[in-house]
Amino acid sequence: MALVKVENLSRVFDVSKPWLNRVIERRPKAFLKAVSDVDFQITERSTYALVGESGSGKSTIGRMLVGLLSPTDGTVEIEGVDLARESDAAKVDAVRADIQMIFQDPYASLNPRWRVRDIIAEPVTARGGDATGLAERLLEQVGLSALDAGKFPHEFSGGQRQRICIARALASEPKLIVCDEPTSALDVSVQAQVLNLMSDLKDDLGLTYLLISHDLTVVQHMADRIGVLYLGRLVEEADPDTLFETPKHPYTQMLLEAAPRMDGFGREVTPPEGEIPNPIDPPSGCAFHPRCPLATELCRNERPALRQLGATRVACHFAE
Amino acid sequence: MADPVLSIRNLSVDIPTRRGTVKPVEDVSYDIHPGEILGVVGESGAGKSMAGNAVIGLLNRPAHIAQGEIWLNGQRIDQLKGDAMRRLRGKEIGMIFQDPLTSLNPLLRIGDQLTETMLTHLRISPAEAERRAVAALDEVGIPGAAERLNSYPHEFSGGMRQRVVIALALCAEPSLVIADEPTTALDVSVQAQIIALLKRLCRERGTAVMLITHDMGVIAEAADRVAVMYAGRLAELGPVRTVLTHPSHPYTDGLMASTPLASRGQRRLRQIPGAMPRLDAIPEGCAFHPRCPFAADRCRAAPAPTVTDGQAACWFPIVQEKVS
Repeated sequence: MALVKVENLSRVFDVSKPWLNRVIERRPKAFLKAVSDVDFQITERSTYALVGESGSGKSTIGRMLVGLLSPTDGTVEIEGVDLARESDAAKVDAVRADIQMIFQDPYASLNPRWRVRDIIAEPVTARGGDATGLAERLLEQVGLSALDAGKFPHEFSGGQRQRICIARALASEPKLIVCDEPTSALDVSVQAQVLNLMSDLKDDLGLTYLLISHDLTVVQHMADRIGVLYLGRLVEEADPDTLFETPKHPYTQMLLEAAPRMDGFGREVTPPEGEIPNPIDPPSGCAFHPRCPLATELCRNERPALRQLGATRVACHFAE
Repeated sequence: MADPVLSIRNLSVDIPTRRGTVKPVEDVSYDIHPGEILGVVGESGAGKSMAGNAVIGLLNRPAHIAQGEIWLNGQRIDQLKGDAMRRLRGKEIGMIFQDPLTSLNPLLRIGDQLTETMLTHLRISPAEAERRAVAALDEVGIPGAAERLNSYPHEFSGGMRQRVVIALALCAEPSLVIADEPTTALDVSVQAQIIALLKRLCRERGTAVMLITHDMGVIAEAADRVAVMYAGRLAELGPVRTVLTHPSHPYTDGLMASTPLASRGQRRLRQIPGAMPRLDAIPEGCAFHPRCPFAADRCRAAPAPTVTDGQAACWFPIVQEKVS
């Protein structure tokens, strides 16, 4: 069953200069379409991964899922409730408790003045729940010691802090956890510990993850289904095996080819052409056409829709 | 084999603190030969950047070289001071840092930054410097090089900025380039472009490169030899293929196994228990022994043997089947 249903999701940011500058310099308002017409579903107890380079809109989607940002257009339905439009406050509240988030930077996402006990218990106490002994139990569950509850965040290393963040996310017994680059600030050996912990917790507690990452190897290891984003658009979606063995979209192919390999000794890659265009002024038609080897007139004029191709959904006129 | 461009012998860096001296780099030795890319890998706090900074004389006080020698093209440089070091930097050693925005002056046009470097270090006329600046930008793949001389750093994208930094590092034709995490701030597709560029330029000019990074994939693709560092010491040194596919130090082995790529198809990643020790609490004996699956009494008592090419700093190196 789909726990999360995202349909035609778009988000536009107003990045205009201040009013006075616009008047004096005669500039129009400027808008940045960070997410454009994205739709996907996340099955219960699975891991859905969003990958893409910077500016692809992956974090914006994550923030809309947890309700930190509201969609400009389209809907996010979690357990059948559209959080942005539902009028029944009790329903919204019940669903909200089922969603938690883990952020990228474990140094910035813990309040340095709070003790770990209070940090972890906050999702429960904020709702008026009783959190006696909760922090201690969760700390042991994420591989720290119950005695750590009285300490402050600065007493921990990066990997330990990310464990605290995970403990906090678990406190309200959520169903869905949005993980925004959970290991990109960590060293390789610590990353392995955190990823293993996340897999174990998922199995034990029946969690659903939305994993946001730029690291293809992490995504390949963790995900049950992967969505590839380019300039705010979903260009390809498939399960990891299909995606990594037979990538259909030229952008996915380019990304996989460019990623460094552990066995690529002395490999001479033909580096990809060009860079990600400015999202304020994206290319017409298919956003990837200026860098695409297959591009034709059709690609310049018409934006390809996401279509089913075997086990893959792909947005390309020429993918086969 | 030709004489090494850079030769580091038994280098130790000390930082005196109120609670005693800490050693972020201890007894590190390696050579880099002309046209060779030496990858220096390790996790944060392994001392890989600190060793690089010691070479270019950019250690921040109170950190200082406590022991050892650094030789560049047959000249001993670890005792050089002030002006003598400054002449070397930029001329003989080019530098590329992680964040291109902080290594370029935001108030100067990039053309001025390039010509300034060349006029300081080379005996050429301003007109010649400008001609070479255009050629340098052209070579690193910046379109419309002649016009872009008048642009400021903020007018370039992240990848383009890093290209400018590479042009700047190479414009005085140094014999050694120190690249400290040159692609960490960049996206995958841009990273591939920068690595390919660095490899091509160094091969063409015979420049030696010290490539400092934490990314094993980048090392595998770019480096000829690799030095693995742990807690300020060298753990292993050797040809990249041997070290990465047949590591003999348990730390290298654990590091390789814990990357998601290495354990493809397995439910769980192999993990190294614990974390890198803090600099003020480096364990006695072999620094890795508390995390090592093979640790014995000898590892706790005596410091690990000195690294040489093909010999890991380990009392009980993993014996792997020979590369066939």
